Amino acid sequence: MTDSTTGEGLILNGLTKILGGRVIIDNLHLAVKKGEMVSLLGPSGCGKTTTLRMIAGFLIPDSGNITLNGNDVTLLGPEKRPSAMVFQNYALWPHMTVFKNVAYPLKVRKLSKEEIVRRVHEALEVVNLMHHKDSRPGQISGGEQQRVALARALVQEPDILLLDEPLSNLDAKLRVKVREDIRNLQRRLGITTVIVTHDQDEALSISDRIAVMNSGRIEQFSTPQELYDRPETEYVANFIGSLNRIEGDYQGGKVIPGTGVIGIRPEDVLFTQEQTTGSYPATVTLVVPRGHFSEVYIKRDDVELRAFISVDVPKIGDQGFARVAKALIYQDSKLVRVD
Amino acid sequence: MAKRVKARAKTSSLGTKIFLYVFMFAMAIFILGPLLWLGVHAFASNWTYPNLYPDGWSFHWWSKVFDDSALKTAIRNSLIISPIVVVASMIICLPAAYAAGRMNYAGRKTFLIGMFAANSFPKIGLFASIATLYYALNLMGTFVGIVIIQLLGTIIYMTWIPAAAFAAIPRNLEEAARDAGASKLRVFRTITLRLAMPGILVAVVMSFLASFDEAQGSYLVGAPQIFTMPTEMYSLVQNYPIQVAAVFSLLLAFPSVILISLARKHIIGGQLAEGFQIK
Repeated sequence: MTDSTTGEGLILNGLTKILGGRVIIDNLHLAVKKGEMVSLLGPSGCGKTTTLRMIAGFLIPDSGNITLNGNDVTLLGPEKRPSAMVFQNYALWPHMTVFKNVAYPLKVRKLSKEEIVRRVHEALEVVNLMHHKDSRPGQISGGEQQRVALARALVQEPDILLLDEPLSNLDAKLRVKVREDIRNLQRRLGITTVIVTHDQDEALSISDRIAVMNSGRIEQFSTPQELYDRPETEYVANFIGSLNRIEGDYQGGKVIPGTGVIGIRPEDVLFTQEQTTGSYPATVTLVVPRGHFSEVYIKRDDVELRAFISVDVPKIGDQGFARVAKALIYQDSKLVRVD
Repeated sequence: MAKRVKARAKTSSLGTKIFLYVFMFAMAIFILGPLLWLGVHAFASNWTYPNLYPDGWSFHWWSKVFDDSALKTAIRNSLIISPIVVVASMIICLPAAYAAGRMNYAGRKTFLIGMFAANSFPKIGLFASIATLYYALNLMGTFVGIVIIQLLGTIIYMTWIPAAAFAAIPRNLEEAARDAGASKLRVFRTITLRLAMPGILVAVVMSFLASFDEAQGSYLVGAPQIFTMPTEMYSLVQNYPIQVAAVFSLLLAFPSVILISLARKHIIGGQLAEGFQIK
């Protein structure tokens, strides 16, 4: 499944980083396949940016190693790594024009003038910014600055592209558009990409696989769908999507007293007027309209469940029957079965 | 009611305007008046009270200055010493400024405040004690002695201003350059130094002026062997006609005007202001 045997792509092997006496990254393993787009997802302080900075070479891990396409790059400085990074605030050089910003990595590599011009123009055309090549970063919009930063990374033809919260400084509408642009570009160029984000929507929509991080460790590394359907730990289940969290055990569609934790996605709670197998009498206690669906709170045997209902939304006080289509059952925070 | 308020607002703003113009005119006379007086004297053959206009115009006093070997030597000394002082100050202070602006080490604040403290005492006392040291080191009346004494006055400019400029550069602008493949030295040269340049330019201009105008210390250390333009002024005022002093004053102001107008383009001219819009 992983390419750790052939050495293609990026492999993080047992990375540990201690900063200021605190373990920031704790024995982290990750294998990113060539051409794959992987998100590091987690709340702030979970170590995702530290991990990215170790991949880029700004931080040297205290133990463990990093291999890129079969070469150990653990101790190489950022200037010697075939990686290119897009910074959260873009980090464009204000004293250079857009053209010069993008040309800088090629100038450092001592390419001929003609080749520099050709490749910079190519990169600027990819991000659709040729008309701004003589502008300075201060004269263009945030979205355009972001594209310049992307062009500056792409022009290096890196083995791996690193994106640090690339969309967090853009407004909501632009974010969705740029996110799709980045995804399309990444697919078209087939470039291995690691993206750091704290936004689950962003991670779910852009990635081939997502690594959910929690206090310096990876909790789960799988495809967006799998992450949503089978969250391996309670932490992941809480972090991705919404969840009804109920303490107890689960048997035949009913909650019984116990030591486990039951997680139920709101869309898996079904409310009907007629009784079917596995459904039990319930009362609607609260309805919150959310636009294209409604959040409905349903009380059933002392347990309150949140449901997302989009058609035939019931009213407060309605009596009916509630059925749970799918429940995630955790024991000691680990998934033991899906019922 | 509303109309009356508006009318009153208008008259008061007119009053402010008139006051402002009068104030500006007074300031202009205050600043430019003496310069005008100097300028006229430098080109007047003779101009004495109660005549409103000079008796005639001539370049006589200019040729007098340029024919006088003592004055010529003073001009030459100043034009040689000040650039040396500025360059030496840059070599000594810019690394310190970088350290103070960029690194966090024990005693950093003490170092910066201490620099200010040293400048808050009357300098003449400092110079007197330096003079005793100079006698011991045989630096009295020497070129090096004057350079060192003028250097002292430039340190505050050459450390504080560039330190602030270095501190204001976002770290990830340098990281981005390293990521793009540039060595540390190249990053410093093409990114860090380039972005701190406006601040360094200001420091250079201030330092040059501080050195070029420095008289107390230079007189104490240099006289009677070495005179610079400001120290020469002392004897000039007593021993020459007033017109020669006027010519000399203009010559003294000349480099300052040129430097400031040159630097102005780089310091105010757009680039710096627009560059720091990016967070």
